[in-house]
Amino acid sequence: MSRLSIRNVGKTFPGVRRGAAPTQALLPVGLEVADNDFITVLGPSGCGKSTLLRLVAGLEVPSTGDILLDGAPIDGPGADRGVVFQSYTLFPWLTVRQNICFGLREKGLPQAQQRDISERFIAQVGLQGFEDHYPKQLSGGMQQRVAIARALANDPKILLLDEPFGALDNQTRVLMQELLLGIWERARKTVLFVTHDIDEAIFMANRVVVFSARPGRIKAEVASDFPHPRHYTIKTSPEFMALKARLTEEIRVEALAAAH
Amino acid sequence: MAWRSSSDLSGWDLFAAQKFGIDVGMTVWRVVGGFLFAAVIAVPLGIAMGAYKPIEAFFEPFVSFARYLPASAFIPLLILWVGIGEAQKLTVIFLGCFFQLTLMITMIVSDTRRDLVEAAYTLGCKDTGVIRRVLLPGAAPEIAEALRQVLGLGWTYIIVAELIGASSGIGHMITDSQALMATDHIIAGIVVIGLVGLITDLLFKKVNQRLFSWSLLR
Repeated sequence: MSRLSIRNVGKTFPGVRRGAAPTQALLPVGLEVADNDFITVLGPSGCGKSTLLRLVAGLEVPSTGDILLDGAPIDGPGADRGVVFQSYTLFPWLTVRQNICFGLREKGLPQAQQRDISERFIAQVGLQGFEDHYPKQLSGGMQQRVAIARALANDPKILLLDEPFGALDNQTRVLMQELLLGIWERARKTVLFVTHDIDEAIFMANRVVVFSARPGRIKAEVASDFPHPRHYTIKTSPEFMALKARLTEEIRVEALAAAH
Repeated sequence: MAWRSSSDLSGWDLFAAQKFGIDVGMTVWRVVGGFLFAAVIAVPLGIAMGAYKPIEAFFEPFVSFARYLPASAFIPLLILWVGIGEAQKLTVIFLGCFFQLTLMITMIVSDTRRDLVEAAYTLGCKDTGVIRRVLLPGAAPEIAEALRQVLGLGWTYIIVAELIGASSGIGHMITDSQALMATDHIIAGIVVIGLVGLITDLLFKKVNQRLFSWSLLR
């Protein structure tokens, strides 16, 4: 049985003003995500891929279809689905450690246990020595590392990432990809990762789901079966280049469609 | 010794001979009392209005209307209803502060970053958890700042309240001095109001900076 089951899920937003035409963000899509799978959702800006992620997170309610996690329908947001957003969403009044412990405290875990868990994830994202810093004292890349640690500390069934590295510079983004992939290779969480970066989509995923321009639908699904652990050098291998060329073509058509 | 009654010593004379210290104390107590009374109700109401749209929709029209009613215009009415005692002074300050404060806090709380609220929900918070752990701590520095500003507003109302039907307070001293043509005392009174206002403002600011050091980071 697949862990996450997206069945015929579509989303239409009502018009902003009265009488304005509703916006169809997502045509009914179906997607099965297996346990421990790493799926990237690739598509041009505004194609509804983030909408799909928000639907899985429970932050939006689908207009059609069902989303099942371990067989149970999703009803609102919850701690079983960890989310990392593109914008920096650390709580500015909490330190790095307090941010990572946010969900654990909500669960009512004892202090000592919270400390152990936060210690572990601070180490995993390489932020030892920054435990007592406030978010504003950190760079963008560090803030997103804390956000990843905060989501993972909750031990969710599935990790949802919405262009988490979109606002970072290229060098930092590449390092972050390796960091996240390294964590995944060790922990094997189920991951749904939304991005518009083709390299990122191939490098991270076991399977790349390509979205069409708005209204979004799934245009293609491509396996990215490079062996793990992956090293950044595979990005220049012929197989990687061939896959990238193919996806570039798919996305280009959609980007053109979106631009017109 | 006629020259000693010149204005440079009138302030001293005020405090020593006329028990002006008691007047200042009375005024401070009225401002702080009325302000605290307003804050105790306005802070929770403002938070509830900022957090829940239906509550805002219910109270907002009345509060918005009431905010434009000048508190000083109520003084004659309040004298008739609650007399000229302390209750009347406190009510003037309350009216002057309460509506303003409620609307400011509503605005602050409803301006909470949407993405932080969503992040909290995905981390397992329910509505009460979001209010307690996101809306409140996130809005606290700005609420404290709003309290500081509105306390300043309270200072402008108290003098008006004391000009009419008061037997103590800085405003009362000023009206008395007017009858005696003691302009030096009036000016000293005005300066003291300014100084006490400034001191409370600075204290408030210091406390805010101490409590919410995170919000000062850039």
